[in-house]
Amino acid sequence: MNEKRMLGEDHYEQVIAEESICTNENLVYEKPETLTDTPMHYCPGCGHGVAHRLIAEAIAELDIQDKTVGVAPVGCSVFAYNYFNIDMTEAAHGRASAVATGIKRVLPDKYVFSYQGDGDLAAIGTGETIHTCNRGENILIVFINNGIYGMTGGQMAPTTLVGMKSTTTPFGREVAVMGNPLRITELIAQLPGVYYCTRVAVNTPANVRRAKKAIVNGFKYQELKKGLSFVEVVSNCPSNWKMTPLESNKWMEENMFPFYPLGDLKVPGKEK
Amino acid sequence: MKELKLMKGNEALAEAAIRAGCDGYFGYPITPQSEVLEYLAEHAAKRTGMVVLQAESEVAAINMIYGASGAGKRVMTSSSSPGISLMQEGISYIACAELPCLLVNVVRGGPGLGTIQPSQGDYFQAVKGGGHGDYKLIVLAPSTVQEMVDHVKLGFELAFKWRNPTMILADGALGQMMEKVELFPQQPRITDVPEWATVGKPKNRERNIITSLHMQAEAMEEINNNLQKKYKAIAEEEIRFEMIGCDDADVVLVAFGLVARICTKVVDLAREKGIKVGVFRPITVSPYPYEALNTLANNVKGILTVEMNAGQMVEDVRLAVEGKVPVEFLGRMGGVIPSPEEILHKLEEKFVGVLA
Amino acid sequence: MAKVKGDIIIDIEKCKGCELCAAACPQESLELSRKLNSKGYHYIVKIEDNCTGCINCALVCPEGIIKVYRKTEKRMDPVATLTNVTGDLTVTVNS
Repeated sequence: MNEKRMLGEDHYEQVIAEESICTNENLVYEKPETLTDTPMHYCPGCGHGVAHRLIAEAIAELDIQDKTVGVAPVGCSVFAYNYFNIDMTEAAHGRASAVATGIKRVLPDKYVFSYQGDGDLAAIGTGETIHTCNRGENILIVFINNGIYGMTGGQMAPTTLVGMKSTTTPFGREVAVMGNPLRITELIAQLPGVYYCTRVAVNTPANVRRAKKAIVNGFKYQELKKGLSFVEVVSNCPSNWKMTPLESNKWMEENMFPFYPLGDLKVPGKEK
Repeated sequence: MKELKLMKGNEALAEAAIRAGCDGYFGYPITPQSEVLEYLAEHAAKRTGMVVLQAESEVAAINMIYGASGAGKRVMTSSSSPGISLMQEGISYIACAELPCLLVNVVRGGPGLGTIQPSQGDYFQAVKGGGHGDYKLIVLAPSTVQEMVDHVKLGFELAFKWRNPTMILADGALGQMMEKVELFPQQPRITDVPEWATVGKPKNRERNIITSLHMQAEAMEEINNNLQKKYKAIAEEEIRFEMIGCDDADVVLVAFGLVARICTKVVDLAREKGIKVGVFRPITVSPYPYEALNTLANNVKGILTVEMNAGQMVEDVRLAVEGKVPVEFLGRMGGVIPSPEEILHKLEEKFVGVLA
Repeated sequence: MAKVKGDIIIDIEKCKGCELCAAACPQESLELSRKLNSKGYHYIVKIEDNCTGCINCALVCPEGIIKVYRKTEKRMDPVATLTNVTGDLTVTVNS
């Protein structure tokens, strides 16, 4: 019966059983209007989609759509501006935090965030990242770490784990050749300019809720003008890890989380 | 009442930026133009509230410009040759996204780390694009400290009129030398928000997106076509040049920036000797005054192009002249400034028959 | 005692069949369809009518295409039993 319901002619469940409770008054969850209806280009099961939605939810809940400017990176999320229903700028590879700095400095009362992957933020853009954090720019940086270059097809990232295979480390990342994976969030947490620094994931409902809270904090803290908020989202890359989405989440829990442990690295008022 | 001051080129340029109502400066120190950042750091914020930020690199600085100009603000950066090279990627993005901003290159001798002395070795980089892809800057070439001031105001006007990055192509001598300048009165900072700026999306308009990424080849070609259309329109409206003593000249010296002033001295020296020489000075080197130079070539017997490089603008001079008269070249490189005497000597040597 | 009933609407055309929602569903009521949508993905369908509207599926859905509905139906428990009543009687219950 349900299968039939799902196959409405307009590809959307229209045939609703008579006893349906699917009415506006019973609606308890839907994507926010700060996310466009454009279908996302991300691979099935990719964490980007959830991370996007959480940012959009935070903007909607804080009612700051008209005061928010986002900066998209180069990487899989290069098209992030297609999905956020807000003003956005698409930055050059690695430079998102510099672009965000420029925006925030001339619009100090707006909410500004950059959305960057590990290659963008922790390889080519390391200089911009560290100095933006060190200056304590009142912005939010959302850092998606899936340990690989997604868009270019699965090359080694600065965050690729030791032994992890990528197209440029076909036999696994070797420390003697490529060094160790970079825990840039730990590095950044040391900087006095950083007001809030945390590491979250979006693989389970509980983690999604925590991630949401972190992102909301990252926007709210901008009002205090006390420094930068940095939210790392440990994420997956089913396609380039060559796994199903469910396998990739399991692999992430077993391999990524031990090296990139979830939790707060710096919480206002609580120096670790 | 005129406000006259004796000022160093770099400082005059910085003072002009404050007076032009500039909203933000993002830059990185490099000789011979660090005084721009230093002067602004001292004077700008307290006078107009202008943002002045020393970035961690030229790469960061140009991307701050990209963000801030995307927010609709009047922003600028300055640097010298190696620093401008580092900015090229960002400039290409800014040009494609059609954002207005002012760039200043106080050129030093190259290639590589080169010297800190004046040069015009970045002419190609400035007028032919510089970064990747088909784009053009509007490029102004000041020849006096006064023009270092005037071109700031003009540069912002042109940048906003055409939504195009505008560059002031100076050199180390112009940046460092002191001259009397007349300063224009303080202009207010702009408060209105351009419709395309990313400042936060209100309910009553679509979101603004600043990007240079267009995945469909046809769409990207359309973007390119529009850019080229704009560059053509700029070339029709914005060409500026100066002619000194060209009315009766047998031979014309073509030079831009500082070298054009040296050539003006050559005119005097030559005319004392009875040689009728004039100077043609492009003020906009992009768009280039091809037509004016082409017309001028009808009335002269030869052209000597003088530059502080290995021969860059001379290619545009030859394009303009279309072989009507011989175009000779004198260039000094690496930070060496040609003297009036050596220019005159070259003139006499190359055009011995003409001048007889 | 209140009974909670939930339901979801999935925009199956945008579903990529990643199954993260199915893994997150405590009621195990979601499964991949054998059918494909026009993008060529097997999409998620609800196979059990035991949804509680907990929103877990929607939270983990990368595409943001699950709408969740929840209704709490109040079942009236008897407050008093009246037997052998004759004549007029007024009973009021504060809700």
